[in-house]
Amino acid sequence: MKKIKLIDIAHGRSGDKGDAANIGIIAYDENGYKIIEKYLTAEKVKKHFEGICFGNVERYELPNIRALNFVLHKTLGGGGTVSLKLDAQGKTLAAALLRMELEIE
Amino acid sequence: MKEKIRIASGQGFWGDLITAPYDQVFGGKIDYLIMDYLAEVTMSILQKQKNKNPELGYARDIPELMKTILPECKKRNIKIITNGGGVNPIACAKAVIEIAKNLSIENLKVAVVIGDDIKDRIDEIISEGCYLNNMETDEPITIIKDRILSANVYFGAFPIVEALQQNADIVITGRTTDTGLTLAPMIYEFGWGKNDYDLLAAGTVAGHILECGAQASGGNFLGNWKSIPNLAEIGFPIAEAFPNGEIIITKHENTGGKVSFETVTEQLLYEIGNPKNYITPDCVADFTSIKLEDLGNDRVRVYDVKGFPETEFYKVSCSYSDGYSASATLTYSWPEALTKAKAADEILRKRLEKLKLQFDEIRTEYIGYNACHGPLAKKLNEEDINEIVLRVAVRSKDYYSVERFGKEIAPLILTGPPSVTGFAGGRPKPSEVVAYWPALIPKNLVDYQIKIFEV
Repeated sequence: MKKIKLIDIAHGRSGDKGDAANIGIIAYDENGYKIIEKYLTAEKVKKHFEGICFGNVERYELPNIRALNFVLHKTLGGGGTVSLKLDAQGKTLAAALLRMELEIE
Repeated sequence: MKEKIRIASGQGFWGDLITAPYDQVFGGKIDYLIMDYLAEVTMSILQKQKNKNPELGYARDIPELMKTILPECKKRNIKIITNGGGVNPIACAKAVIEIAKNLSIENLKVAVVIGDDIKDRIDEIISEGCYLNNMETDEPITIIKDRILSANVYFGAFPIVEALQQNADIVITGRTTDTGLTLAPMIYEFGWGKNDYDLLAAGTVAGHILECGAQASGGNFLGNWKSIPNLAEIGFPIAEAFPNGEIIITKHENTGGKVSFETVTEQLLYEIGNPKNYITPDCVADFTSIKLEDLGNDRVRVYDVKGFPETEFYKVSCSYSDGYSASATLTYSWPEALTKAKAADEILRKRLEKLKLQFDEIRTEYIGYNACHGPLAKKLNEEDINEIVLRVAVRSKDYYSVERFGKEIAPLILTGPPSVTGFAGGRPKPSEVVAYWPALIPKNLVDYQIKIFEV
């Protein structure tokens, strides 16, 4: 087992869909995609965002472009102009996910 | 048929770089200039403007912009497509016609797509048995009917195609999908049919890449952002479209920014849900089918996109009034900046509680510490914190409570912890909370019409 930082192997972008946020994570190369495909699970993302995401986390795979898309429900404090959050549109959540460290074999 | 067309993105939202459309027109060869002005919140703002003045309700940047680009666009036959008509596309078209007259431009045809605004048709639509149930909660629209500020159907590319077929130089729409603006010229130029789902999906993907302006060409890039050259003169993206559905994303030469596999991929993932099921009024695009090839020199090829038949519904977006909110900030400096900010928050909350005000939510954030990443923020040693901005926001159905909050935060300067500053601009005023009601409507309950204005 060794630890790697997600930010070293991937980048991404996040935004809003109502009260849900979406986070796209893109591996820099094929090897990186194999790692995120195997280890960056919806469960790990849900746990990472404890206290921020209060709904389900869905994960979708886009292997052609070496990417995963996560949809985090109940995350933006109501979303749109209802939300009182400074980051009401979840623009900084991709960076927040890149804080994660993955334990890989 | 043309071998290829070049479609330039000139605006990613209302408030984007004002010079971008001008630079797209004058920076090199393009055939179409598309401009997306509408976010959900924009529609309600425009509706309020129209309520005050029936001549308003569209993106007022458009007439001003036309003064600078219209003669050149007419000369080079560059067609302009925009959804900046907002809730009053006809007034927008008339304003553009006036500009054209002042510039002595002749033979200009401005087409307007209308029919998306269903605010005054809600009762009629309900009587047809369509309750416009909220897509998230499944509640019928009747529960917020009296508070509706705007209600618009998202049209796709085909109304714009019809306008182009009538030889329009400029097409102004109300609520049209961002992707439809880019897809429409491809359908028109290449004669794509309503059942050419793969081609429609390819144009839709190109539209998704272009719809946020420079977010596809190096702006807001989270990869190696420092590697993006000359952001000060960033070039907005251009889609070169071919009749077989191949797209090359690029930008004008001698502009800043970058078009690469990485910058395009980030934009592809922006604000999407299930990538296999990207629904528009024109088709359902499968984003997992997309292939990208970085050709170098700011050129990325997009190919092999798969699409499926459109659904039987249009999406509807209603905005409605849902109470009031306000926010305010105070800045605390070293020493113990965070501790002071937390103490100030506690004092404020005690005072609000004592006043028995009603809030749906009171939210406190410490900018410089955890406002963006909440519990994920790195714990900081108090000694290392130079300053903290305390931000408190409240929301309530009760106007008085929100107004009173504004009167309670300012006094913290003289009645709370020390070394506090940055309270300018007076008491925060309550602003109306505009909430959204996403719904679906059967396509047969809505009709679009094209109106032509000429000079």
